[in-house]
Amino acid sequence: MEDEQAMQVISLSPIDLSLAALLVIGLALLSIPMRLQLSRQLLVAGSRTVVQLSLIGLVLKALFDHIHPAGLAVVAAVMVGVAGVEIMRRQKRRFAGIWGIGVGTLSMFVSSFCVTVLALTVVIDIRPWYHPQYAIPLLGMILGNTMSGIAIGLDRLTATAWEQRAVIEARLSLGFGWSEAIEAIRREGIRSGLIPIINSMSVVGLVSLPGMMTGQILSGTLPVEAVKYQILIMFLIAGGTGFGTILAVSLGARRLFDDRERLRLDRLRS
Amino acid sequence: MDGLCIENLKFPGMGPITLRVGPGACVGLSGPSGSGKTRLLRAVADMMPHTGEIFLDGAEANTMPAHQWRRCVGFLPAESAWWHERVGDHFPSPDADGLRQLGFSPDVFSWEVSRLSSGERQRLALLRLLAGAPKALLLDEPTANLDSSNTARVEAMIAAYRRRNDASVIWVGHDPAQLRRVAAIRFILHGGNLVRQASDGG
Repeated sequence: MEDEQAMQVISLSPIDLSLAALLVIGLALLSIPMRLQLSRQLLVAGSRTVVQLSLIGLVLKALFDHIHPAGLAVVAAVMVGVAGVEIMRRQKRRFAGIWGIGVGTLSMFVSSFCVTVLALTVVIDIRPWYHPQYAIPLLGMILGNTMSGIAIGLDRLTATAWEQRAVIEARLSLGFGWSEAIEAIRREGIRSGLIPIINSMSVVGLVSLPGMMTGQILSGTLPVEAVKYQILIMFLIAGGTGFGTILAVSLGARRLFDDRERLRLDRLRS
Repeated sequence: MDGLCIENLKFPGMGPITLRVGPGACVGLSGPSGSGKTRLLRAVADMMPHTGEIFLDGAEANTMPAHQWRRCVGFLPAESAWWHERVGDHFPSPDADGLRQLGFSPDVFSWEVSRLSSGERQRLALLRLLAGAPKALLLDEPTANLDSSNTARVEAMIAAYRRRNDASVIWVGHDPAQLRRVAAIRFILHGGNLVRQASDGG
């Protein structure tokens, strides 16, 4: 009985989706007389939603049909790469050269993959652990949030170091070590990356219903099961974001100094 | 070789500079704006990349961690920076004598940094630097924001510290009369090189 209920999915037809798309088109039309200059952006963004999600749908279908770690590895590599570029793009002052993309991507890779693999092998215990039905959505949720945390944390670190260069150098010239000299700024960077996930853990279920849980319930999962997965996801996101941000901001803070503990803001590009 | 010895110090637009400041000696350094006086002090404090060797009491800078070197050479930037809310939090221990010599009452330690004038900041920054007991002093215009009575207080404090600790001092300044007062040997930085000035002060 319960199983039967969980299987009920009302399949959406292209016509259903077209009706929903009318909302976006209507908004775009309204923005013309209001001179919001957003109609073009709205239509492009709406089209991208359709194309990108359709593509990932096809990719997931192909992956589900041929379960193999190589397929998962390729998709995961693309996801991490795109997220790494996005982290770099969100920096007002980013590190020059390979470090610009390296610090964020490496931290995100280490943190997201460790957390995802841990969840797949120990918590959910799915066999094989690389089953894409679990691996891809989990990785996607964790990556998306870790990416935001790292981008905020790194941006805060480099922007504050730039503003407070006089303080950092004053501390250096009084004989503080590099790590001590930037301690407060590094701490603020990490805190700012972590605060969004702490906030969302605090209000989830009261103010916001997470998109993942909503999607699961809409597609027929029992609420109690959806809730359990959502709790898992929240904890995984907190871990991935937290450890990833700590790693990225710490690496970034180290990179701001050379081997003679000099503040090297010339390593940043605006 | 005691004291501060700079050998073939070079960075773009500067040098090679070779200079020895004996223990307890003070060398005055002046020059037009942009001639690199501040950068020279920063390089000696190893705050910016450079080549050449710098010794303090026979020990070369690169033989020790950079923060240890900076604790020894005592660089005082022209603009002081403060990071705690209260003045006293920047000092390891209260130095009532030092405060009095610089014209402060002891309760300045409980003041908020934002209340300080630029001259007060400059004097307190000197006291903060001396609290770390550096073996040399690299002073970048240490009296730029001070009136004549406070300038005299700062000069007296630096002179006393120099004698008591046999500290080598490089004093960057704009006022020729002041440099004649505080430094027996004086140079002008010109085109990236040191030009010695007549010792009678002309």
